[in-house]
Amino acid sequence: MSEVGVGSLPEPIATATATSAAIAAVPSIPHRDDAPVFQAPWEAEAFAMVLALHERQVFSWTEWASVLADAIFQAQQEGDPDIGDTYYLHWLSALENIVLAKGVGAPDQLQGLAEAWRQAALTTPHGMPIELTLEKSSKLFK
Amino acid sequence: MSHNKPGDHRSHHSHDDEHSPASTHDHNHDHDHSHLDVIAVRVRSLQSLLVAKGYIDPDALNALIDTYENQIGPRNGARVVAKAWHDPDFFIWLNADATAAIASLGFTGRQGEHMVAVANTPDTHNIVVCTLCSCYPWPVLGLPPSWYKSAPYRSRVVQDPASVLTEFGVTLPAETHITVWDSTAEVRYLVIPMRPAGTEGWSEEQLATLVTRDSMIGTGQALSPSQVALA
Repeated sequence: MSEVGVGSLPEPIATATATSAAIAAVPSIPHRDDAPVFQAPWEAEAFAMVLALHERQVFSWTEWASVLADAIFQAQQEGDPDIGDTYYLHWLSALENIVLAKGVGAPDQLQGLAEAWRQAALTTPHGMPIELTLEKSSKLFK
Repeated sequence: MSHNKPGDHRSHHSHDDEHSPASTHDHNHDHDHSHLDVIAVRVRSLQSLLVAKGYIDPDALNALIDTYENQIGPRNGARVVAKAWHDPDFFIWLNADATAAIASLGFTGRQGEHMVAVANTPDTHNIVVCTLCSCYPWPVLGLPPSWYKSAPYRSRVVQDPASVLTEFGVTLPAETHITVWDSTAEVRYLVIPMRPAGTEGWSEEQLATLVTRDSMIGTGQALSPSQVALA
């Protein structure tokens, strides 16, 4: 490619020519062009929590990319075909990992909150919003 | 008992249940209380923790979600590309310092801190991937489509980019060189597709209608004027 004006360009990871297309059986790439950005509200919530923590300088994007890549690798090792639909599950795992690694919270705090949320569900009539007040959740780790 | 609104399921149930082994447990037979599946519990626990410790504000989270769901998307990148086609000085600036050139249009912020533009030529076609996770230039393209995040794309585009392009319906002259760029947390790439023929004298606004998301990732080409007319 032209070198003019692109002196600082990093090296590409691969190059090929258009004739080199292999016809081998390869996993197909899922095409879902019109899919919404988030498939469920929790995906958006997990996404936004990461942005907020980055904003608070809890971690850098480089750190995040590394933790996320580890979570993706881990899921693949456990049999996830990783075709894109489980992406925010990886994101959620990475978020839990980095929250713990950075000492934002402790494992027993997250476990206590999880138990509190399950209890809240059990005591909420079906169809009503399930709530756990800030006061209640804060008590768990004071 | 509150069975009066049988359709009033919380919207995340249908999705979460697919992924959540524990959602098969006990009380499916009787809906006299609520149920949170495993994923909902994990997300809510994190939220409670971060709110209680003062790291997040629920209102601010909702604003972030709205921004990325509704406001930031590939139309931003299309404006960058259209300006580059229209204004030779901007094209040079974009190639020399993409971060600054893109910021001049107001597209800055998270995961767009260090941008590099790679321009297609008659001889070279550029295509972008993040092999490790999903690094992607959010300020100009929004959030990545699901195929960009999939393992097949992330591995195959490096091993055999030509077949991936074929699968995406891109046909290039046989001698075209394909260059694959691996995005990282430090560097995000924006492909500047070739300006389609038959667009002489078009305004930036008109040109922007030809620029697709995929053309800026490299898995597509800009639309031709006739394709837009048909749409």
